[in-house]
Amino acid sequence: MAKKTVGQQETVQEVKQTAWDIVQIARHAERPNIADYITFMCEDFVELHGDRLFGDDRSLIGGFATIGGEKVMLMGHRKGRGIEENIEANFGMASPEGYRKAKRLMKLAEKYHLPVVSLVDTPGAYPGCEAEARGQAEAIAHNLEFMATLKTQMVIVITGEGGSGGALGIAVGDRILMLQNAVYSVISPEGCASILWRDGTKAALAAETLKITAGSLKSLGIIDDIIPEPKGGAHTDAAKAVAAVKKAVLDNLAVLKKIKLDTLLQQRYDKFAAMGRF
Amino acid sequence: MAWFEKAAEAPLRVPTEAVWTVCPSCKAYVEKAEWKATDKVCPRCNYHDRMGCRERVALITDAGSFKELNAQVGPNDPLKFKDSTGAYADKAKATVEKTGIGEAVLTGTAAIEKIPVVLAVMDFKFLGGSLGSGTGERILLAAEEALKLRRALIIVSASGGARMHEGIVSLMQMAKTCAATARLKEAGLPYISILTDPTTGGVSASYAMVGDLNIAEPKALIGFAGRRVIEQTIKQKLPDDFQTAEYTQSHGFIDAIVPRKEMKAFLAKILRYASGAC
Ligand SMILES: [Zn+2]
Repeated sequence: MAKKTVGQQETVQEVKQTAWDIVQIARHAERPNIADYITFMCEDFVELHGDRLFGDDRSLIGGFATIGGEKVMLMGHRKGRGIEENIEANFGMASPEGYRKAKRLMKLAEKYHLPVVSLVDTPGAYPGCEAEARGQAEAIAHNLEFMATLKTQMVIVITGEGGSGGALGIAVGDRILMLQNAVYSVISPEGCASILWRDGTKAALAAETLKITAGSLKSLGIIDDIIPEPKGGAHTDAAKAVAAVKKAVLDNLAVLKKIKLDTLLQQRYDKFAAMGRF
Repeated sequence: MAWFEKAAEAPLRVPTEAVWTVCPSCKAYVEKAEWKATDKVCPRCNYHDRMGCRERVALITDAGSFKELNAQVGPNDPLKFKDSTGAYADKAKATVEKTGIGEAVLTGTAAIEKIPVVLAVMDFKFLGGSLGSGTGERILLAAEEALKLRRALIIVSASGGARMHEGIVSLMQMAKTCAATARLKEAGLPYISILTDPTTGGVSASYAMVGDLNIAEPKALIGFAGRRVIEQTIKQKLPDDFQTAEYTQSHGFIDAIVPRKEMKAFLAKILRYASGAC
């Protein structure tokens, strides 16, 4: 970021942030996480545990929630705050049982006629031996099919890091919203740099090239709206940032609820079918 | 004469590329004529080598039955992507010219033992079989064609995953293709997925893993995360058979492992069981 010098404080906010600057904000340890959204956005939250098949992933959580009087099914990645929680939450890298729990909760949402609100914040799905053995690919793939045809309203918010397939596994919906300083990418800038540039230190360049920021994704037609953040990033004023997300979620739900379900599903199909059609 | 007797004689001859093929898996020298006769299956280790999409079509469909669809759909460059080795647009153009296939998947209508199907066959030669926007579009259109004609869809996968050069648009092809296969399933139509070497990353985590039946070729690499990424994460060496077709089947994700020579007959048999759905 540009150095602040005396007399320039007023203009410093207008200095263009690089994609790499935004990656740092998206990954900031104090950035509002799912626990903050539950605390500050929901009047009520009933966590529901387990995928009924293997276990209860602590990297991806969800349950019934009431947001501004609206009953919804809320789910999202959980990175945790502080090293102990980070480790318990596996730094937000979900395993197959996380994606299968999400699927179970979405199914329940459809049955109870509740909209789904999904908060996305993950470096990626967990690349581990057990995750492979239990079918990480299959778990994500089936969620993609499932979300495409789920018969209820679905609002997705990319709140922090939208890390590849691990993000997409809970990110198919009717509205894809993104916080101003969130990122969403097919691969991490570091990973892309080491594969395509054969040089991990080119991450900042890869971040720029991959067009992973909210503005770029809006112009590519991938996301519907950008939710503004307080100056300096969501972590500087968590209450204000969460309030903005709450408003965006409620506004979008209100619009979606007016659309007939058949039309909604057709629009959802058309939305994803059009991605990459030029 | 068995292969090993030939191999023992090998030093007497010059093992030039004109006469010998080196098995990519066990490194055995196999005579080119024999390699061709076995449809690129190693007579020593049973490795099923990568096949071009047209060779594959010839192998599993009735002669002359294949009619290509949507040949005009090709790669797009939504990010204007450039890395240290140059511009993606140039690479894509050169690949189209060199391979004579317009995208990483060839799609069309065909018959297998007289049973009409819609077929999509990926080709690893085309940018590592990566899932770009043109690939996703061709697959979506193939699924829509199957829906229109009320036929089974068969997809043969061979891919390293998403096409990084198309960034987030590539990631969205996972959602897009799965929206299409989900529609096919809602209509009660059969979808058979064949996973060949390799089927990994974003392709395994989308359409390749959601077949009514998932069928693999022997020893094919099938998985979500790359071996190196997992080894770096867990800081352990992985066993040799990790992410093989056999490993994936033993963990419950593959219905059948079918040798190349038997694939067409096997597909025809399955299609006859599924005929009530069309
Ligand atoms: Zn071999």
